[in-house]
Amino acid sequence: MSDTVAKELPAGPAVKGKLSRDDLLMRGGMAVIALYLVVTLVFPLYAMLSKSFSTFWFDLGQYEVQVSNEAGVFDGKAISFAALNEEMGLLSEEDLTAGSDGRLGVTQFFPDFSFRSPVLYKIRATTDSGRYLVGSKLHTGTVWLELDSNTFRRVQLRPIKSVGAGNFVKFFSTPALFNSIRNSLWIAVVSTVVTVSLAFWFAYALNRSCMRFKGFFRLVAMAPILVPSLLPGIALVYLFGNQGMIKEVLFGASIYGPIGIIIGSIFFTLPHAFIIISTALAISDARLYEAAVSLRASPWRTFWTVTIPGARYGLISAAFVVFNLVITDFGLPKVIGGQFNVLAVDIYKQVIGQQNFEMGAVVSVVLIVPAIFAFAIDRLVQSKQVALLSARSVPYQPNPNPKTDRIFLIYCSLVACFILGILAICQYAALIKFWPYDLSLSFRNYQFDRMDGGGWSSYFNSIKLGLITAIAGTSVVFFGAYLVEKSNGFKVGRSVFQMFAMLPMAIPGMVLGLAYIFFFNNPSNPLNVIYGTMAILVICTVTHFYTVSHLTAVTALKQMDREFESVAASLKQPTMKLFARVTVPVCLPAVLDISIYLFINAMTTVSAVVFLYSPKTTLASVAVLNMDDAGDIAPAAAMGMMIFYTNAGARILHLIASKGILRRTQAWRAR
Amino acid sequence: MTEVTATAPLYLSIENLWKAFGEFLALRDISLDIHDGEFVCFLGPSGCGKTTLLRAIAGLDLQTKGTIMQAGRDISNLPPSERDFGIVFQSYALFPNLTIEKNIAFGLENTGRSKSEIAVRVAELLDLVGLPEQDKKYPAQLSGGQQQRIALARAIATNPGLLLLDEPLSALDAKVRVHLRHEIKELQRILGVTTVMVTHDQEEALSMADRIVVMNHGVIEQVGTPTEIYRDPATLFVADFIGEMNQISAQAGAKETVVVGGAEMKCRSHQFSSGSAIVAAIRPDDVIPHGNGARSPGAKDIIETPENAFEVLIDEMEFLGSYWRCRLRNERFGEQELIADFSVNAARRLALQANDTMMIELPKSRLMAFEQAGG
Repeated sequence: MSDTVAKELPAGPAVKGKLSRDDLLMRGGMAVIALYLVVTLVFPLYAMLSKSFSTFWFDLGQYEVQVSNEAGVFDGKAISFAALNEEMGLLSEEDLTAGSDGRLGVTQFFPDFSFRSPVLYKIRATTDSGRYLVGSKLHTGTVWLELDSNTFRRVQLRPIKSVGAGNFVKFFSTPALFNSIRNSLWIAVVSTVVTVSLAFWFAYALNRSCMRFKGFFRLVAMAPILVPSLLPGIALVYLFGNQGMIKEVLFGASIYGPIGIIIGSIFFTLPHAFIIISTALAISDARLYEAAVSLRASPWRTFWTVTIPGARYGLISAAFVVFNLVITDFGLPKVIGGQFNVLAVDIYKQVIGQQNFEMGAVVSVVLIVPAIFAFAIDRLVQSKQVALLSARSVPYQPNPNPKTDRIFLIYCSLVACFILGILAICQYAALIKFWPYDLSLSFRNYQFDRMDGGGWSSYFNSIKLGLITAIAGTSVVFFGAYLVEKSNGFKVGRSVFQMFAMLPMAIPGMVLGLAYIFFFNNPSNPLNVIYGTMAILVICTVTHFYTVSHLTAVTALKQMDREFESVAASLKQPTMKLFARVTVPVCLPAVLDISIYLFINAMTTVSAVVFLYSPKTTLASVAVLNMDDAGDIAPAAAMGMMIFYTNAGARILHLIASKGILRRTQAWRAR
Repeated sequence: MTEVTATAPLYLSIENLWKAFGEFLALRDISLDIHDGEFVCFLGPSGCGKTTLLRAIAGLDLQTKGTIMQAGRDISNLPPSERDFGIVFQSYALFPNLTIEKNIAFGLENTGRSKSEIAVRVAELLDLVGLPEQDKKYPAQLSGGQQQRIALARAIATNPGLLLLDEPLSALDAKVRVHLRHEIKELQRILGVTTVMVTHDQEEALSMADRIVVMNHGVIEQVGTPTEIYRDPATLFVADFIGEMNQISAQAGAKETVVVGGAEMKCRSHQFSSGSAIVAAIRPDDVIPHGNGARSPGAKDIIETPENAFEVLIDEMEFLGSYWRCRLRNERFGEQELIADFSVNAARRLALQANDTMMIELPKSRLMAFEQAGG
């Protein structure tokens, strides 16, 4: 029978499916969320990129001028400013480069100019693009404009914009800027090596030994996630700063600089490295260890041939995550970096300090390169990790060994002391009246309203930001992940969406914040209205932390039966009913995880929002930075600890809430 | 049973269906008619396209080419929600966070039924599938077989015109499977709903289906009742896939004969020209043993077709409970062994033993000639 059948697909168009209402709805929803990501991520980044390539300069050949005699009579002879400049050798090429706001006065081209003289001037542009100001009024065009001397002195030429790599050339030829690359890389590499080593042995002790207090250590290791990255900086200032409690132990070295940044970075990246490595160690296969023992391999050899290879993807992944965190962090080097420049702080200095937005954009582009590189390697490695555990693996059960267990206990206690010590110092600093002169305790430093930084309202703003971000962000992220995971067909659209969802992780917060300035502060952008509001802070935070949330949601959704949607369709029930009645309740643990993740990050983030807050929307984390900047270090520590307690409280609430909700909605999990 | 369905009106009509995944053709020019109330099985090895065909009927994966008519309506490009079917998947896809009652009621909601009507219908369905007391439990609290039945109840709750079953029994253990086979078939008979089931298990297909559609490499090899498929396989593939089959290389002889190892034997009529290379095939249980006491006591042992009877050496005997499997040698098969299944009684009466010789006959009506595989 088979030989009578045609072997080739007949020509002609394929059957085109009619879309159901649900299909349309889901595609529409996906388009909306993709559009959200385009507007809040792609467009701003594009604006920033184009900014980094825009250079401005005064094209003197574009303008012509005529000068009358004392009687106000013109001889009809016009001369260009370029010719004037050449004649006098006044301005060099360098002098003619400018920022987007540059203005060039014209009277300097006339050495005997006097605003009282009766001489009249005529000025015009020779091309349509030439622009000049008379006072604050902008003129263009090739029509001669006659002005008296007093008005002529108020004429200013405007630069023209051109596209080119000029800003990059300037960046790489300015040692002060260029050195930051080396500094950033150096700091990131050292911090990565130290953090990953510390985290590895900490995770090893928790997974592979029988020491006591594992639960406590696990909790302590996670604590740094709850505070802004700059908080350890404050504690280090109190310990080792100019008036530090134990500054002698540094033997005269200064904490302000690489030492401080590295110690602080270890503190705030430790939990991230710990989670990843701990996961990698937790899934190892006991049968390999049994094999090693039966082959009489020494513990040392077993460690290098079984343990390390088994955890290698975790180690590599942790290394790149830490590297990325350190190189893109802004708060810590700002607080304790001193004169030691790093890329992330350079962006801030260029933009806030010097108002040089183009150079800020250039540094951002430079910072994206290692960040994207680290991100790409991490993704590659993570995708390999999955395949490591086969279904037949037997989980490893450690055996008690009094000697090594005691060593691990001492080691973990030291690490815990480091973490708790930093937090304790901050709390102590917050309660002391006036270090180091009046050591009596008081709550004076909690009177934030008497300091710069926005006072208590910034704290409540942060909570508001955290809550809105958690609710709005979780909804958008989870719904988006659902649409992209469970809709039919539309392959191209879905993979584009996936790409957009992965992008935020590769974009450092500083870069995102700066990109938002370029995009949303542009008066011709209709979305300009949200600039300076809470809305832009929420949007920025959701986008900044989109990727991890999205991946959490996708992982949970992948565990759902693929055929739920098919069943609902066959029963003629709308997909949204299925989503509300089944998908969300079943994925509730993941939904809660996403919301607490977003809340805590909204509370602690500094990098992106530091460019975007307004006097009405100051934030606690930014207040820590600003109070520290203003010298109010104790209140900064106090605010930092407020964030810690709030996040710790939120975490506990989240735990209680999840347990309660799980008990009610997940009764089906119990057999 | 065949007569009943043949006269029933046409319900589902598939015409020239193609499905391409990139370069790969999963379905090639499939045409098939299914009648009202019929139970049809799509049977074939994995990757043969049976599930693809089912999903095309459901609208879950649209075909690349071709039309599907259901109850006179062209459904070729309709989304699943606009077609009329209930479906049970291998995983059952029960909603884990809803009780059994809510799972079954899921499709009844928003259909103009009142709450009490829905409750009555759910109770009725639970009765029907034999799980009346389980309505407040969650799926995870039920056994695999029970979950299976709930999935079935949910699929038929809205009285769909077509029931689709995608390997519904393959996740269950053997005993439960055999039991449920019977139950599903019984339920289908009571409801009279046209049913399409996908399976790779030939026993399942043989015991449940009114008609079996045997598929391979994206094409239909044969459509027929279980007995037709078993007794008169249309191709060597079908012959080999369903039941067991001795395959002996041979040449076609004149009409109704094949030549095996130089010896001519009578067989079923075939179309092959004399001398062409073919495969002669016979099922192990069709081989007839001869000898003193081969028949039941008193009956005479008669060789019907002397050309088809010859002596063989018993190379090996394997006891398989209800019968003996014997590997038989004869020079006309060369190195190949002929497998024959003899009843325990016959083996005892003939006192069969390995390394003995015996007389067998390949009955003319059961010896078939096929085109060689891949030809």
